[in-house]
Amino acid sequence: MVKPTKVTNSIRAVREAAGMTQADLARRVGVTRQTLIAIEQGRYSPTLELAFQLSRAFGVGLDDLFDYPEE
Amino acid sequence: MVYEERNIWAGLIVSVIGTIVYVVIVLQQAAGGPLTDVDWVPIMLWVIGASIVGAIVLSIVWGILAGMFDPDGVGKSDQRDRDIAHMSTRVGQAFLVIAGLGVIVLCAFEADWFWIANTMYFGFALSSIVGGVASVIAYRRGLV
Repeated sequence: MVKPTKVTNSIRAVREAAGMTQADLARRVGVTRQTLIAIEQGRYSPTLELAFQLSRAFGVGLDDLFDYPEE
Repeated sequence: MVYEERNIWAGLIVSVIGTIVYVVIVLQQAAGGPLTDVDWVPIMLWVIGASIVGAIVLSIVWGILAGMFDPDGVGKSDQRDRDIAHMSTRVGQAFLVIAGLGVIVLCAFEADWFWIANTMYFGFALSSIVGGVASVIAYRRGLV
């Protein structure tokens, strides 16, 4: 059984607002489109490095893109 | 489907087929008699050799066909592929350890070489199959 991550993200909303396709963003941060889809759907937690790359691709902070609920 | 996932599927398909073929041939050769009388060495070597070649050929052919539809994705892998590969290795390794311990026990009891070699063979086969299944699940259901 796959343990669900508590980390949520708003990559899809931010990406669509920026008029960027999944392929565009994936190319920009150097991952496959399938990996980006998995991240957007919460099926894969990106590494810290990739999380920074994603936030920089949109020019926003990590907190604007990712959310971790307080205990 | 990404490049690494295709390779895992190819390895998984070939491992399952190879293991089934090996078991069927050994049982046929035994023809109801003791398994230890079977000349298992050439069968095992042929199955291992054919499995390696089969997995490579299947990956290449599948890659060529996939490349026709998605030229950008050919040969590309990323951090998620590496994370899934690590997880798959960890999962599969348990079976190698169990097989290794089994081999030590069989040697201690001076079991027939057939059982020693086949315990190790099935350790490798199970390691590959279970690791492959774990990878495919991670690709499809997620790795978080």
